Amino acid sequence: MARSKNRGGQEVNAGSMADIAFLLLIFFLVTTQIATNKGLTLLLPPKQDEEEPEPVKQQERNIFKIQVNSLNKLLVEGETLDDPALIGDMVYDFILNFGNISDVEKGPTGEKVSDRQTYESLPSTMKAYINNSLRSDKSSDGPNAAIVSLKADRGSSYEIFIQILDQLNAAYNRVYGERVGLTDEEFRKLNRNDPRDLDLYERARSGIPKAISIAEPSKVGG
Amino acid sequence: MSKFKKKSESTQEIPTAALPDIIFMLLFFFMVTTVMRETEVLVKQEIPRAEQLVKLEKKKLVTYLYVGEPKEPEIFGTEPLVQANDAFIAIDGIVQWVNTEKDQLSEVERDQITISLKVDKDTKMGIIVDIQNELREANARKIIYAAPKKTDNN
Repeated sequence: MARSKNRGGQEVNAGSMADIAFLLLIFFLVTTQIATNKGLTLLLPPKQDEEEPEPVKQQERNIFKIQVNSLNKLLVEGETLDDPALIGDMVYDFILNFGNISDVEKGPTGEKVSDRQTYESLPSTMKAYINNSLRSDKSSDGPNAAIVSLKADRGSSYEIFIQILDQLNAAYNRVYGERVGLTDEEFRKLNRNDPRDLDLYERARSGIPKAISIAEPSKVGG
Repeated sequence: MSKFKKKSESTQEIPTAALPDIIFMLLFFFMVTTVMRETEVLVKQEIPRAEQLVKLEKKKLVTYLYVGEPKEPEIFGTEPLVQANDAFIAIDGIVQWVNTEKDQLSEVERDQITISLKVDKDTKMGIIVDIQNELREANARKIIYAAPKKTDNN
């Protein structure tokens, strides 16, 4: 009897191994939270020194004003708007308006770009669109001057703020993407650690600063 | 003919010997990717969804602020509060908190600190603006409004 057992070869019974591993697996499945480091980025302006003079007032046409009151109603460029989803297209047109193309070079030192250079670098489809439907003298002079100002009342909800911010980012990403022949989604997914992607990214952004300003709300509710 | 018959006679079993290996592989994947919850979130967190999300590369530089109504209104009230790490902090305590967080980073990385704001959707903008002003004061200018991806069906 004992001999025949030996001949069969000694094996550890591994049948329950899977069960044990399953148990551990389920434990980790439950406790895992896949890190969600995704969101809408924003760069706050540096804190204002009291000695420094107030920044030069921008011309009215170069500021795209969005206001939200405490009832979450929108006022865009002086007119009421019901659907925040429409802001994206309006801002897109605003940035690319090129109402008065200037040759003044702006931007961080070393990579100064004028509006004219920016305009020349655009693909022909965008140029055609700008010349046909934009170039209004009531909208922005060019991307260097264009500022989007978002002013939300203290009583307005965070949800609508995120919706608007999302739309603003969508407009900028669309501009950047189209400039280098990508969709806004492809542009967003560019991997900046990859030199080729980084080059595309820099090319798309040069001369078109993302100027989203979150204005300080007035203390009085709407 | 006989050949086929022989085959069908033998008992059919799926070999399960490789099953533990597969399970172990999955197990290791989850063990490696798991981040244990470091903080218990004490505020309501129903974060509005957005479309144009950007992924942050350097996780080490990110610190979190949770904003929303407390989960236990009988103790903490119903007004939205700011939670950092494990405790609620006052708005004017944010500068100090940012500085202690910055101290944990190396010298070169200090100015690249990114504050991730996880804000409940029912929060009013007032408190958000106050937080932003404090962050400007503390020179932590990079912020990210954490948001999950919008699903297509709505």
